[in-house]
Amino acid sequence: MLPLAIETHELVRTFRARGRGPVTALAGVTLEVPRGELFGLLGPNGAGKTTLIKILVTLLLPSAGTARVAGFDVATEAHEIRRRIAMVSGGETTGFGLLTVAEQLWMFAQFHGIPSREAKRRIADLVEIVGLGVQRSTRVSDLSTGMRQRLNLARGFLTEPEVLFLDEPTVGLDVGAARDLRRYVRRWTAEGPARTILLTTHYLKEAEELCDRVAIIDGGAILASDSPDRLRRSSVGTRYAVGTERVPAGPWRDQVPGLRWAEVGPEEGGTGAVVTAELGADGDIAALVAALAAAAGRILSVAPVERSLEDVFVEILDRSVDPAGNPAGSSTEVDVR
Amino acid sequence: MNVTLMLRAARGRALPRLTGQFRSPTWVLYETLLPLLGTTAFVFVYRALGAPDRFVSYVIMGGAAVAFWMNVLWMMAAQFYWEKRTGNLDVFMVSPCGLTPILLGMSAGGIVATLLRAAAVVAIGTLVFHASFDLSRLPAVVGVFTLSLVALYGLGATLASLFLYWGRESWHVASLFVEPVVLASGVYFPVHALGFGVGLAASVVPLTLALDALRQLLIGPAHPALLSLPVEVTGLAGLAVAYVALARFALTRMERLARREGRLSRRY
Repeated sequence: MLPLAIETHELVRTFRARGRGPVTALAGVTLEVPRGELFGLLGPNGAGKTTLIKILVTLLLPSAGTARVAGFDVATEAHEIRRRIAMVSGGETTGFGLLTVAEQLWMFAQFHGIPSREAKRRIADLVEIVGLGVQRSTRVSDLSTGMRQRLNLARGFLTEPEVLFLDEPTVGLDVGAARDLRRYVRRWTAEGPARTILLTTHYLKEAEELCDRVAIIDGGAILASDSPDRLRRSSVGTRYAVGTERVPAGPWRDQVPGLRWAEVGPEEGGTGAVVTAELGADGDIAALVAALAAAAGRILSVAPVERSLEDVFVEILDRSVDPAGNPAGSSTEVDVR
Repeated sequence: MNVTLMLRAARGRALPRLTGQFRSPTWVLYETLLPLLGTTAFVFVYRALGAPDRFVSYVIMGGAAVAFWMNVLWMMAAQFYWEKRTGNLDVFMVSPCGLTPILLGMSAGGIVATLLRAAAVVAIGTLVFHASFDLSRLPAVVGVFTLSLVALYGLGATLASLFLYWGRESWHVASLFVEPVVLASGVYFPVHALGFGVGLAASVVPLTLALDALRQLLIGPAHPALLSLPVEVTGLAGLAVAYVALARFALTRMERLARREGRLSRRY
């Protein structure tokens, strides 16, 4: 059986910062990513995402704990890992502007020892896949930001890595370019069942659309990890939207024991009202409907409200902040990029 | 180390250096014709003083040597600083080839590019100022020149490792190395004129022994040599081995240090 694509155990990384003492960027991260998974790492700036990626791609050594990529230890088997991975960061300006698109990709292929003929074959395919076929003889310095990022992504695919690390790959891209990029990522993973991607992003819709599983990280600690769908469903409370004949009156909230919060708004295109409420459990819906029927006339509709990953993300981060306003897992946050 | 991977990676890194010669031909003006003006000044000074004709040859050789020294300082020693800023260094480091063939490719590309510049300086100097060279021992000249390049670019690779660790200060250190080396290595005059002790101390920079040995071969017995040719060639060989070994050691150590301290991961 193939080893896990990524495996970390109690991973810690601290930095020395001038005048501030040691800064903890990762505070005991334990993570398992099986082969073939598109795994998302979500977190605010300074949460530790980039530090984790830099350790996994062998640019940084852990201060404590262990990390393995494709079965190899990041501290002692970096060379084996480097043969099996690629890393692409958002907004990166790697390479040389005076080279053409095809030359640049050929150069990077040489760093992985790919024979020239094979490299040229892959480049011919890849430039078409990422939509740079017309620009293959264009100098890199003449590419737009979006085209440049397509080129970076092509570099990531070029070596056919077992594990691809994408660090905010769509940052700074317009809507169309970001959508294209997501399409290439999906296509690449679909073509190889063992291909694994670890993606960091600030765009939660992107994570929701692409990732099989996500982890939410803050203060250098993993706060939650599951599929976007399960995270949405397992999150505290259940939301419903109840359409009523009129705006509810009286102390109806007191009659719903599991009610966490509720807001009342006008019915769209009508004279009634819509009550959006978060309940502790699905079973509390009966009490809500009964209370609203008494306070707002006829019940016109009852529908569950789908929670977005963004809602869950904000809730989890809010829960993780202690009363003094410090994030969980660490007393200090740092952006090590 | 996989030799095929190493050679392919070096070939890849040499590509932008070589391509630049044809895509940015402005180097003819900025890196050949303009520096030649400074070299020309020395020719006129020597002529005004009534110095022997061989001094014109010294100056022209010096002009070509400066092209190599500048290439070693700015395009080798300080290059990783720029690679770090553009993000290339991260990509180089996570490639299976490592940094050694990257430096090898930078050297190979730099040598070819600088050879063009140096050849242009020598050609223009010879045509305009009638500098003359004794080409009777051409194979020996080629041999010493090759050895000199290995030693010189070995020093460049060593400095690249150190400069990478120093970061932004490397820029100032490179600037500090320009003029003192031009003086102490006797770029525009025989280094013997500085005295044996100074000449010997300056020999830590391969440029000193390289120029003196080549002048013995190309100018002949009239050149006041610092040391005998066999001793200078042996010294150059020793420097070549020492600097290449030191560069490998420094690169490995620097990479380990950088991974531990995280210095390479920060672009500031």
